[in-house]
This record gives sequence, structure tokens and C-alpha cells, in this order.
Amino acid sequence: MVKTDIIIIGAGPTGLFAVFEAGLLKLKCHLIDSLPIPGGQCAEIYPKKPIYDIPSQPEILAGDLVDNLMKQISPFQPGFTLGECAQTIEKNSSGDFIVTTDKGTKHQAPIVAIAGGLGTFEPRKPNLVDLEKFENHGVDYMIKDPEKYRNKKVIIAGGGDSALDWTIFLANIAKEVTLIHRRDEFRGALDSVEKVQKLKDDNKVKLITPVEVTELHGQDFLESIVVSNEGMIKTITTDYFIPLFGLTPKLGPIAGWGLEIEKNAIKVNNSLDYQTNIPGIYAIGDVNTYPGKLKLILCGFHEATLMCQSAFQMIYPDKKNILKYTTVSGISGFDGSRKEAKKSTIKAIK
Amino acid sequence: MNQDVTITVIDREGKSHELIAPTDMAMNLMEVCKAYELPVEGTCGGMAMCASCQCYLESEHDLPEKSDDEEAMLSEAFHVKENSRLGCQIHMSKALEGLTVELAPE
Repeated sequence: MVKTDIIIIGAGPTGLFAVFEAGLLKLKCHLIDSLPIPGGQCAEIYPKKPIYDIPSQPEILAGDLVDNLMKQISPFQPGFTLGECAQTIEKNSSGDFIVTTDKGTKHQAPIVAIAGGLGTFEPRKPNLVDLEKFENHGVDYMIKDPEKYRNKKVIIAGGGDSALDWTIFLANIAKEVTLIHRRDEFRGALDSVEKVQKLKDDNKVKLITPVEVTELHGQDFLESIVVSNEGMIKTITTDYFIPLFGLTPKLGPIAGWGLEIEKNAIKVNNSLDYQTNIPGIYAIGDVNTYPGKLKLILCGFHEATLMCQSAFQMIYPDKKNILKYTTVSGISGFDGSRKEAKKSTIKAIK
Repeated sequence: MNQDVTITVIDREGKSHELIAPTDMAMNLMEVCKAYELPVEGTCGGMAMCASCQCYLESEHDLPEKSDDEEAMLSEAFHVKENSRLGCQIHMSKALEGLTVELAPE
């Protein structure tokens, strides 16, 4: 059981900055994110895109923004549960929340801050009859254990980096790898495209383009797929079909936590502290909604700051909290580090 | 001078919506649809990276060519047709007066 003061669900910019604001109030945080790395959308969707509306940063790459935030919060030693999706929430007898992930990791804290952005990134699924029937019975959306495909026939679909990368990787493991894509062009690192070209020229992978998958067949387990293009229809026997069409965000399990949801976002009290309809659960950043809401990183930072003040009062109802300026009081990290402005000295110059 | 254009957006239920869009606010079609609370997600914020604003061009307008990013996204998206475009890549200009688009399925 991970015990902390604030469980933050979502390690995007808003969730990360909440660690800093909580740290100033001597509250410890633990972040849960379904992605394997911190940064949320900034890391997953657009790390190389410049952002222009971060105060005092005329231009900053999304990936650099995440790196800077990680540096900024490091003195407060946040914990991370990455690559796991917050699945359930319940209260224990002492009134603390217990958040459990899809992999069974349990976290306990008096406060939960949902900074889930657009939600959990889930694989984009093709629109095919019987697709669900074959999920985990021949259809996989991600490759967790490549050994599973040793000496098997595998069909990968997609035109991006992950389709190319896994085609290259599985070429040495699977009995037969076929890459299919709806176009002739692939969007990926030039190096990967060239490698796949070479594998194809050497007859180590099969390439079928431009085609679309139209049918899946099999009894209990997938046996073949049908691809087609302008009247051409072809059935290919296979053991596995792996569509790699990127990720799409879904609000996910949070939607069933009893929170008030409006237009796919969590309603909060913005005139006060961004608390949801459940006391002790806050929602900050893109995941929340209120009249006039703007989904901007800078608004998320503001919300995180106010949320931490309220969380402090909730955890320590008898303690007075006074706003302190870091320019005056500096930063004391949980790791023993100390940052503060240089003290001026008074010394006569003779 | 009036800087607005009137465009028609057909939603996923087939209902037509006439929208008045400014051309001097650097807005794109996805943003205009969101401003009118039409069911367009604009998940990626307008970076041609999610196709949640995909629509079908139903009028005869000559739109600017697709960028590489838009081409690439449409090559991966679902329900793509010959006349598919990403709303976020269509910038509001006077030339779009009378534009008609239909929202692609989600």
C-alpha cells in the first residue's frame, strides 16, 4: 500500500505542478498515470511541438516543459505509479481514500486530485464486426511480450512508427510477419521506413498496401482476416492480428466513480477550490469543467495551486496556513535540499 | 466591413446548423464548431493529430491543399472518404462563404 497525502491521478503538466504547490505546504504526493512516462499529452502526443502561452516562456517545447516540471518538483520526491490505470476508489474506515489500479496497486491518502486531462489513452480500435470476440484470442492492440509471437504468423496493421517498429522487431521472432496499411506511404522515422523496405526486399516481411481490413474469421481463436481494396478481396490466414492505429483518450474508469460529469468532464466548484461533488476529491486541469472553463496548461497550474491550499485545510483543519512567497522563504525539499535567495550582507567598505 | 462568413455544418444526426464564423480571429473550422457547441471533440487541440474533427466537404469550395500532417492523419483515421478533411486545418477566410461540411462519425 502506497501511503501519501495527496494521490494525483494523471502525471501531465497540471498534476506535476500540483506536486510543487503541495510540497510548499509540506504535503507529499504520489502520481498515477496509465502512460509509462510522466508528461501526459505533452509527452505522448506532442513532445516536439512548441507552446507559446506559458507565462514567461516565449516559446517552449512540450517535452521541455515536462522536463522542467520534473526538475522543479524533484525536491519534493513525488512517488509514481506509471503504466497503470486508476481503476477503483473507495473509503476505508479511517476516512482515507483507497485508489486501486488495473494492476492491483493500492494507494491510500486523505485527498485525491484528478488531473486526468482527456482521460486514459487507449488503443484506437478499427470498426470491425466480431472484433471484441477475438480480443485476446488473436487480436492484440499492443505488444507486451514479443515471445508470444515466436514461430507464429502475425499481421500488423498501421502506418505509423509503432507499426513499423514492431514489424522490424517481430521479423526476427515470428514465423511470418505481414504489414498492411491503407496507403502506400508510411509516416515514421526515415530509418524505420528504410529498414522495412529492406526486410521486404529480402523477403523477410510481407507488405500489402493499400488495403483495409474488412473481416475477421475464426472459431474461438482468430484464423484469418480479409483485406480489400477497390474490388480486390483477399483472405490471409494468421495466428495474430495486431492493429496499431495510435492511442485515443477516454475518460475511462473515473466516469464510474460517482462524480458529477458534464460533457465528458468532471464538474467542480471553481469559485472555491476545484473540489468535486465528493468531498476530498478534486479535479484540476483539462479534466474538469465549470462555467468559463478554458483547457489551458496555465489555467491548470492556477487550479492546482488553489486546490493544494484547500487540501491543506482539509487535512489540517486546525492549522493556520499563510501564503508564503518562495522568494522570501525559499524551498525546503523532502530530500533535505534547501533553495533560497542569497542573504545580503552588511559590511563596510573601507 | 463585415468580417463574418456563414457556413453550414451537418451534424451526425443529419441536422443542418448555420454558423456565423469570424474570419479575423484566426479560427479554424474545428474551433468554430466547438464555439457553437457542436459535438466536435478537437482532442489534440488542433494539431492534426487525432481526427476527431474529421468532416466531409459537401460544397464545391476549393480548399487549400492538405498539409503533410493532415494527409498523414487522414491515412490513419477511420471513416475516411475522398472528401474528408480535418476541421482544425481549415482556416476561416472570406473564400469559405457558403461552405457546407458534414461531421464524420466518431
